Amino acid sequence: MAKIKIEHLTFAYGKDQVLNDLSFQAQGEETIGLIGANGVGKSTLLKLMVGILSGYEGTLEIGGLCVEKKNLAQIREKTGYVFQDSESQLFMSTVYEDIAFAPRNYGYSEEEVKKRVEHAMDMVHIENIKNKQIYRLSGGQKKLASIATILSTNPEIILLDEPSVALDPRNRRNLIHVLKKLPGMKIIASHDLDMILDTCQRTILLAGGQIIKDGSTEEILTDEKLLEEYGLELPLSVAGRRSMK
Amino acid sequence: MNKIRNAIYEIHHMDDMATKDQWVRHLHPLAKLFVTFFYIFTLVSFSKYDFGGVLGMGIYLLIMFCVADISLKRAARQMRIILLLTIMVGIANPFLDHQVVTKIGGFVITGGMVSMITLMLKGIYAVLASYFLIVTTSIEQICYGLQCLHLPKPFLTMILLIYRYMIVLLKEAERISLSYEMRAPGQKGIHWKVWGSLAGQLLLRSIDRAQVVYESMLLRGYDGTFQLRMKKKKTSTSVLYALIWILIFFFYRRIPVFWLIGQMMGV
Repeated sequence: MAKIKIEHLTFAYGKDQVLNDLSFQAQGEETIGLIGANGVGKSTLLKLMVGILSGYEGTLEIGGLCVEKKNLAQIREKTGYVFQDSESQLFMSTVYEDIAFAPRNYGYSEEEVKKRVEHAMDMVHIENIKNKQIYRLSGGQKKLASIATILSTNPEIILLDEPSVALDPRNRRNLIHVLKKLPGMKIIASHDLDMILDTCQRTILLAGGQIIKDGSTEEILTDEKLLEEYGLELPLSVAGRRSMK
Repeated sequence: MNKIRNAIYEIHHMDDMATKDQWVRHLHPLAKLFVTFFYIFTLVSFSKYDFGGVLGMGIYLLIMFCVADISLKRAARQMRIILLLTIMVGIANPFLDHQVVTKIGGFVITGGMVSMITLMLKGIYAVLASYFLIVTTSIEQICYGLQCLHLPKPFLTMILLIYRYMIVLLKEAERISLSYEMRAPGQKGIHWKVWGSLAGQLLLRSIDRAQVVYESMLLRGYDGTFQLRMKKKKTSTSVLYALIWILIFFFYRRIPVFWLIGQMMGV
């Protein structure tokens, strides 16, 4: 059974059509890159998957459950969503309290909560900032903490919206390292094509609310003509390799 | 503009203080809540002419401020507006109550003067006791303590959300004012002509940010109620702490300590 099943998905903000007859499926532990120019609907698609946005047409199923109000609690327990803006995602006073927020809401005992929080922190290597105030964290630490907040529920699917935005090179590299190690299916919406190249096996190119190409990352991200046609550029690593030749 | 920055800094500073690694901070919030309630209750119960009794209640604050390493100066600065208001409470008393209580040298002390100072002290002590509670207990812990007292959950959720969104609002206000400041060099404050549009922007941006915070909560299983729980607290120390202070307040209220000392000294 596909973990994500999208068929003829159409969505509009009022009269502004954002997604138009979009279809794809994903299964197993794939890591999928969602790329496209600004405003093509990458974030909208991710938000639809977790039910932040509603009122779509077509089929949208996560873990065999249709994304609708009655299934949202189950879907959200299985699906972790990392916002683009970490500052808005982290709202409790300390890192520990923020990571513990989800497992407490799902009714786990305090002992289990502690275990989950420690495991989540261990996965992204932030044990050293456990009791730190959120406002004292650096941009890189905030990003890792926001990933840890969703890991505490052991999600089967992780959705990340522009995870590398505003990170310095070292933090970005660290993030890529962490993302590669995360278990489960990951969908990463990003303009950072080098990161997509490093982390994703499969890539979906969106434009005009539709899927232009869905295939191997290597194949899509080395197709200069295709990328340029849809407002993107070759990843720096690929462009560098080509210019060396 | 600096005022907004300062306000954010002060809130963060209080949060920082509340999470310091120190035994007072690790006490169960209910113990601290009980002691604070009982302290204020005892304080208020003194007669308005019992200056000595009220003055002695300051010992609790002195001890706890020292133990918790809290600066009294900073506390007074942070609470200055509320302290000013409490000082105003008894200000009219000297004009209403002219009964002579005692004379010091040639100076007549009236009942109005004594009651004014007593009321001021009561106000200042009550504010400082609440300040002590806030800086040694995080907002989540205070709400957890209140939850243990069976306060309605919607009320607690409201407190926590107001606290969260207050910071969101202040941060947005800071961003807007900073952006204005950078493009209006040498200008004092914000020109009144742009107040309307800036207030509108502030409202819209705060709603946007608050929306993202709320979405983030929903995605992590929030169903309208904050699950307030605490990491393991020092229960026996907390019980002892509450018991000792409550007993001290009780006996101090029952026994006129200063009067007895005066008797023993033959004054």
